[in-house]
Amino acid sequence: MTDREPAVQVLSESPGRIARETLAHDRRTWIASALLLFIVVLTLAAPLYATYVSKTDPFVSSINGTTVIDGQEVSVLQQSTEGLRIGVNPIGPTWRIGSYALGADNQGRDVAARLLYGGTNTLLIGFTAGFLTITIGTLLGIIAGYSGKFVDSFISRILDVIWAFPVYLLSISLSVVLLTSGFKWGPISLESGSLYLPIFIIGLVYVPYVARPIRGQVIALREREFVKAAIGSGAKNSQIIFREILPNVIPSVIVFIPMMVALAMLTESALSFLSIGVQPPDASWGTIIKDGLGLLYTRPLVALLPGLLIVITAVSLNLLGDAVRDALDPKARMRGAV
Amino acid sequence: MRRSKSVAALLSLAFILSACSSGADDEAGSSAQAQEGVLAAYDESKAGGTLRLVAKGAAGTLDPHINYTLQFWQLYQAAYDGLLAFRKVDGPKSFEIVPDLAEALPEVSADGKTLTFTLRSGIKFSDGRDVTVADVKASFERIFKVSSPTAGGFYNGIVGADKCLANPATCNLDKGIVVDAATNKIVMNLTGADATIKYKLALPHAVILPADAPSKDAGSDPIPGTGAYTFASYDPNNELKMVRNTHFVEWNREAQPAGYPDEIVYSFGLTAEAQVNAIKNDQADWMLDPIPADRLTELGTENADQINVHTLTAMWYLPMNNNLAPFDNVKARQAVNYALDRNAMVKIFGGEQLASPACTFLPPGFPGHADFCQYTKGADTASPAKEWTEPDLEKAKALVKESGTLGQKVGIVVSDDEVNKQMGEYVQSVLNQIGYKATLKPISSNIQFTYIQNTNNKVQISISQWYQDFPAAMDFSYILLGCESFTPGSDSSINMAGYCNKDINKRMIAAMELAVTDEDAANKEWGVIDKDIMDEAPVAVAFTPKQVDFLSKRVKNYNFSKQFYMLVSQLQVK
Repeated sequence: MTDREPAVQVLSESPGRIARETLAHDRRTWIASALLLFIVVLTLAAPLYATYVSKTDPFVSSINGTTVIDGQEVSVLQQSTEGLRIGVNPIGPTWRIGSYALGADNQGRDVAARLLYGGTNTLLIGFTAGFLTITIGTLLGIIAGYSGKFVDSFISRILDVIWAFPVYLLSISLSVVLLTSGFKWGPISLESGSLYLPIFIIGLVYVPYVARPIRGQVIALREREFVKAAIGSGAKNSQIIFREILPNVIPSVIVFIPMMVALAMLTESALSFLSIGVQPPDASWGTIIKDGLGLLYTRPLVALLPGLLIVITAVSLNLLGDAVRDALDPKARMRGAV
Repeated sequence: MRRSKSVAALLSLAFILSACSSGADDEAGSSAQAQEGVLAAYDESKAGGTLRLVAKGAAGTLDPHINYTLQFWQLYQAAYDGLLAFRKVDGPKSFEIVPDLAEALPEVSADGKTLTFTLRSGIKFSDGRDVTVADVKASFERIFKVSSPTAGGFYNGIVGADKCLANPATCNLDKGIVVDAATNKIVMNLTGADATIKYKLALPHAVILPADAPSKDAGSDPIPGTGAYTFASYDPNNELKMVRNTHFVEWNREAQPAGYPDEIVYSFGLTAEAQVNAIKNDQADWMLDPIPADRLTELGTENADQINVHTLTAMWYLPMNNNLAPFDNVKARQAVNYALDRNAMVKIFGGEQLASPACTFLPPGFPGHADFCQYTKGADTASPAKEWTEPDLEKAKALVKESGTLGQKVGIVVSDDEVNKQMGEYVQSVLNQIGYKATLKPISSNIQFTYIQNTNNKVQISISQWYQDFPAAMDFSYILLGCESFTPGSDSSINMAGYCNKDINKRMIAAMELAVTDEDAANKEWGVIDKDIMDEAPVAVAFTPKQVDFLSKRVKNYNFSKQFYMLVSQLQVK
């Protein structure tokens, strides 16, 4: 009997309050939020780190550069002095606050500084593309679901076309084309190296993943009594959408946000790893993994660290997404309680 | 010629005179290496076994008149013969020409326009048929019928070649190649004296094939040859197999020596990392692709006795489009030359043991090479230094300002392999430092070389490589920067810079003519021309690379030909 009591309590409160309380008491929320906040703050501090700590320009090659370790000036890229003396290796981590704390990459650039700048770009693209997907997807889903008939068919077929292509295949194809020629449409002009290109591409390819479930939900909502009552009372379409439909769709949209951001971030990293995302000398975690691939035997951290950061960020976003979903789904909570 | 798909380099083979400077000091070799300049007598007891070669990919068609890659040219040395051949020895003497299917070097007429050969008797193709003078004539006609990539460049001097180039299918060289079956005489008539013809006749595109060889690209179907080995099978996605030519009898060991392995198996599909591991684990004997940068130190210390390093007559360079902003301005081009830190590029390539900074268009040790460098700190075109020492960024920045090109956008087109991309990223950084807005455009190694040649693609600057075809200065200066090598709108416009100085072009043609009678004087003139060309900086030369061969422990008798690199058939695996 006692384990039924919380369910009764939950049902007596507003859904928003239930969600907030649930989230507040969910350990996953705190852990994921803390990790995300930590990573975001770190990456935002990239310019400060490069200027005051590493004192290097992470976007300029420093192949013949030097640094000071234990009072001695050493080359950032060191010629092998053993055996046949072939091969040049970047300096490894010094594990000290200052220049080259995490070592150098094959251009002699500070890995720590590039990791932070790379994180800025990866997160910027992830969040922006994620929100772009959510915005366009929600808009299209609501318009298609509410309008029905020709508008629904038209939008749905477009979504079907995008859906028909595997996400990565479509992303790669668009990236290759747009990277070569840039994007020009009316007054909008994006150069081939622009960060807006991966944002636009990634934001586009995931639209059906949001729009289709939203459309389904709106079709169901359209048949509900309160919507029919609003229609019967002569409310305008915009009033019905914004006052009746949207508030009921928003919980789903919120659940989508962390998932879409994580997917966008992973896609950006994949595209950059393939050299068709963020372009040099800019960095992203994907480009740093690519740079580190050629150093796996000698300086594995160059590839491993951005990989680790991607995993932590993606897992945190997914944990947060799960927590939000549980919090916003009272039925699930009730099922769990019963 | 493309060196390999992965490197996307051009291979053209050059010749270094015996006095050239590629001495043993530059080379690192294993204890299994052969004696320089001498091909040891054949040791029957070492014959046998299977030699296992590995590469990331195959090199396309197996047709020796068409394939233009070092990867297969290396194999053709053991499978095909021309009238002449480069001497099959280790070291600089490998640039010397020796008679192969011809009994002796040709008798050359006083005007240099007629070469007379006598075909050796008793030589058979791998299918058992005798080699005849009719095969010789048909082979030269076939060069044009199959539109060999060098038909127009190397063999256009044969009388009748112009018509063959215009109508390949009906090519007839009755006047250019006159043969006499009774005496085995072959008379080659040229439209003009050509000091380099002997080298061109020793290249794989001039090998002798059966007269009934298909008049089209043979693709994956092997064509019988006369060498010590014959191709048994070829699957470009899997494997190439060579076996002994049972009809082969050694006639001139310096031209076509008997080989040691019973079989040579070339496997395709392994990454460079996997190739290294395969050799370390004794699962392969030699790898084609460059050793990954992060494995060099490891191999140079743990497997030093399996590594062989050799200086090449080649260069990595940056062609700048002389007809497109900002590099249509000589000061902008000079700025790039001053700004490039050659030592940095050498480091990216693997360090000072694997490459040397360069400044001249003709590589060190190459005929015509003169020591000078206008584009190093403290030097200029009026008072060049002896060699490159360090970049001069300040001067480069000043030149960019003077040129009025400051802030312009520059696209750098590079191959998408690891080393080229790193080079590109470095060049991008340098161009940004001197005031340009540079973007990097890595494109597939398979198309980059033709892409950067075509003016329609509006390539401003690129990174490319040139490996010598044959040993003459014209193979660098005239081929790469001659007016005749510039064909706007074509994928085959090897003068990527689009540089055409008519005065210098005339002097280059004059130097080629001079070489027929006085090679030394011609080479001296090439050195002066090189300096005059580089004053205008149509390109920026970066460094001279070295070749690294990584062999398995069981391989012995390594010979490095300056012309065709490792002599595959001479490796012993038993």
